[in-house]
Amino acid sequence: MSPAQETAIAISAQLGESTKSYIASRSSATEFAAAFDMWAYSVETSCIKRGYNVEMLSGGDMLIRSLRDEGVKYLFGYPGGAALHIYDAIFRQQEVRHILVRHEQAATHAADAYSRATGEVGTVLVTSGPGATNAITGIATAYMDSIPMVVISGQVMSHLIGEDAFQETDMVGISRPIVKHSFMIKHPSEIPDVVKQAFYIARTGRPGPVVIDVPKDLTAPFETFPYEYPEKVKIRSYTPATRGHAGQIKKAAQLLIEARRPVIYSGGGVVQGNGSGLLTELAKKLNYPVTNTLMGLGGYPGTDKQFLGMLGMHGTYEANMAMHHADVIFAVGARFDDRVTNAVKEFCPNAKIIHVDVDPASISKTVTADIPIVGSVESVLGEMLALILESDDKPDAGAIESWWTQINEWRERHGLYTAPRYNTSGEKIMPQDVIKVLHEVTGGDAYIASDVGQHQMFAAQYYLFDKPRRWLNSGGLGTMGFGLPAAMGAQMADRDAVVACVTGEGSIQMCIQELSTCTQYNLPIKIICLNNQALGMVRQWQDMQYSSRYSESVYEDSLPDFVKLAESYGHVGIRVTKKEELKAKMEECFAMKDRVVFMDISVDTAAHVYPMQIAGAAMRDMWLSKTERT
Amino acid sequence: MRRIISVLMENAPGSLSRVVGLFSQRGYNIESLTVAPTEDETLSRLTLTTLGDDHKIEQITKHLNKLIDVVKLVDLTEGAHIEREVMLIKVKAAGAQRAEIKRCVDIFRGQIVDVTASLYIIQITGTSDKLDAFLQSVGDASILEVVRSGVSGIARGEKVLSL
Repeated sequence: MSPAQETAIAISAQLGESTKSYIASRSSATEFAAAFDMWAYSVETSCIKRGYNVEMLSGGDMLIRSLRDEGVKYLFGYPGGAALHIYDAIFRQQEVRHILVRHEQAATHAADAYSRATGEVGTVLVTSGPGATNAITGIATAYMDSIPMVVISGQVMSHLIGEDAFQETDMVGISRPIVKHSFMIKHPSEIPDVVKQAFYIARTGRPGPVVIDVPKDLTAPFETFPYEYPEKVKIRSYTPATRGHAGQIKKAAQLLIEARRPVIYSGGGVVQGNGSGLLTELAKKLNYPVTNTLMGLGGYPGTDKQFLGMLGMHGTYEANMAMHHADVIFAVGARFDDRVTNAVKEFCPNAKIIHVDVDPASISKTVTADIPIVGSVESVLGEMLALILESDDKPDAGAIESWWTQINEWRERHGLYTAPRYNTSGEKIMPQDVIKVLHEVTGGDAYIASDVGQHQMFAAQYYLFDKPRRWLNSGGLGTMGFGLPAAMGAQMADRDAVVACVTGEGSIQMCIQELSTCTQYNLPIKIICLNNQALGMVRQWQDMQYSSRYSESVYEDSLPDFVKLAESYGHVGIRVTKKEELKAKMEECFAMKDRVVFMDISVDTAAHVYPMQIAGAAMRDMWLSKTERT
Repeated sequence: MRRIISVLMENAPGSLSRVVGLFSQRGYNIESLTVAPTEDETLSRLTLTTLGDDHKIEQITKHLNKLIDVVKLVDLTEGAHIEREVMLIKVKAAGAQRAEIKRCVDIFRGQIVDVTASLYIIQITGTSDKLDAFLQSVGDASILEVVRSGVSGIARGEKVLSL
């Protein structure tokens, strides 16, 4: 506590009980408030006389002021009993803008996507009990994808905690496995420090969500405390990794240069850690092939010829083949997820693995690294690039040349673009074509928020992202319902940008209520709904593994009329059923710059996502179509 | 392999639940757990024993280190260390058995800390193996109640786990 704060507390104690009882004896709320303001004012003026500039604020005001001083512009949330003092504090200021969603899950997804798009910390405010539990799915989504987020939840009054009070839930307990850290406020004067720490923890190291649980009585308007937002933060038990070990980096650079069949495998950490510029430079310098994980798309330009596409379960043939046959794998900001490696025992049998990650626990978790480097992607890539530029050793041009020949042969044989993985000659609209047309109409430069399912994989495969932070999807948790609120978050982050939500008729219904939020805040999102009248990915698995027994994956004519639904929210609905009108309607959709447009596109109901790795086998083992496998 | 992991952590509400939660969340096993504040009241020292191969123990220590409340930790079994566990045991002690149990306590260098006409309460300190051996030699038939503290440990020599 600073001397100014100590003085203010001493003075308010001196004013004593008589002042307090005078305030308490006021008969009307207005008089009470006036007497209270006088009291706070006299504490402030007494402090100023002693040479200290102190402002007395209530817990609720301190919370919002702390957010402002932390640089928060948008707060996504939903009010309720335990958060009302905080909401009153929001009403009495202009700097932090609150976005009222229609369900707390959407608040968390919107804040999460705001963070993915900007790199800033997404901020959420919800009430206790159901407000808090509704936020859980979104917190888990952010946790799995390492997205920095601060979630403030109201809590019942301190003396009621543990008594099963109305709308009480143990938020710190419920959220514990899915947060980076959590705080329970014990006294209003802690609020500025806790907020500072929460944002620091959320954004540093491996980022993640942080929960601050605030009992209602600690935000009460008529109890004020000296406010001062800390400039610095130091947590003795938390020292996130920054620079990597110089010796390890040197070894890694050497191994990389000596590689004959190298692959650069980059993940979400490169996007999150602002390493895509350096990664691109390094890959270009070496002329090495690059593959991205689902989370890493945009980390390397998708239209570049060195880009192999996504790897893993629905990765491209050439990316998975290159990984399997590689002699050196340079993994950056990726975590060898089971959706990437397929069976770990069969994973890349001849490769030496360099693994760079900011989180030591991600290294050698599933696949043992030969050269582990713990450090921020940006600093490690910077140092490696410098070493490679200075080094007298150069990669063996002949070896790299023949490696590229091999890769290009794979690409020719079964690549997504060179050898289409679907029937292009039929009458029906193919979902892959919708994404290709979307890419064409938006110039490949839109923010694409995706839901979860087949449409997500098609978007990941066919929308070639040239920039980082444009692809917003729930990679780790696979949360259906993410897309629409995520598109809102991205549109808030960049009001002039083109934002599309690629979704399906299943996912969109999980957060459809947010169409109303889009109306309220004029968020002109374009919803590209690949409507196949079924839970496509579930049905694909049922086709492949359950002899096409479609257990609970079809809607039996119960789907809403999405065009009318969009219209009822004040938006535009467009239905597309014919292949030849797809492009014109897509153009029509994106020409309406200031409207939300819901495109309900009837796609081939039998389409599957290919390639698809064969479970329990190596990376190179894939289904390439319904009948063809490697 | 059995390991003893000793953790220095913030003595704050919720710290312990984070450690315990981590173990259940990630499917690790806790054999024993003991925790109390240190001479610096802001810090707690937690000692736990767990089973696992090197890979698993590495993951456990990495994940523990990631917890914000954890200041430092050490795997005591990596080096020379001293481990102790305290056990209080209530046994039937009547007739000829009484003298036999007393002898057994002396052999194990335990103490009888409470006596009635028909039973003893014995306090015994040592490694977990020693306590197991004592229980075996007394025999199930006489044992009424056993309370064990869980393992505490400290590294031998110069090595210190502190701020």
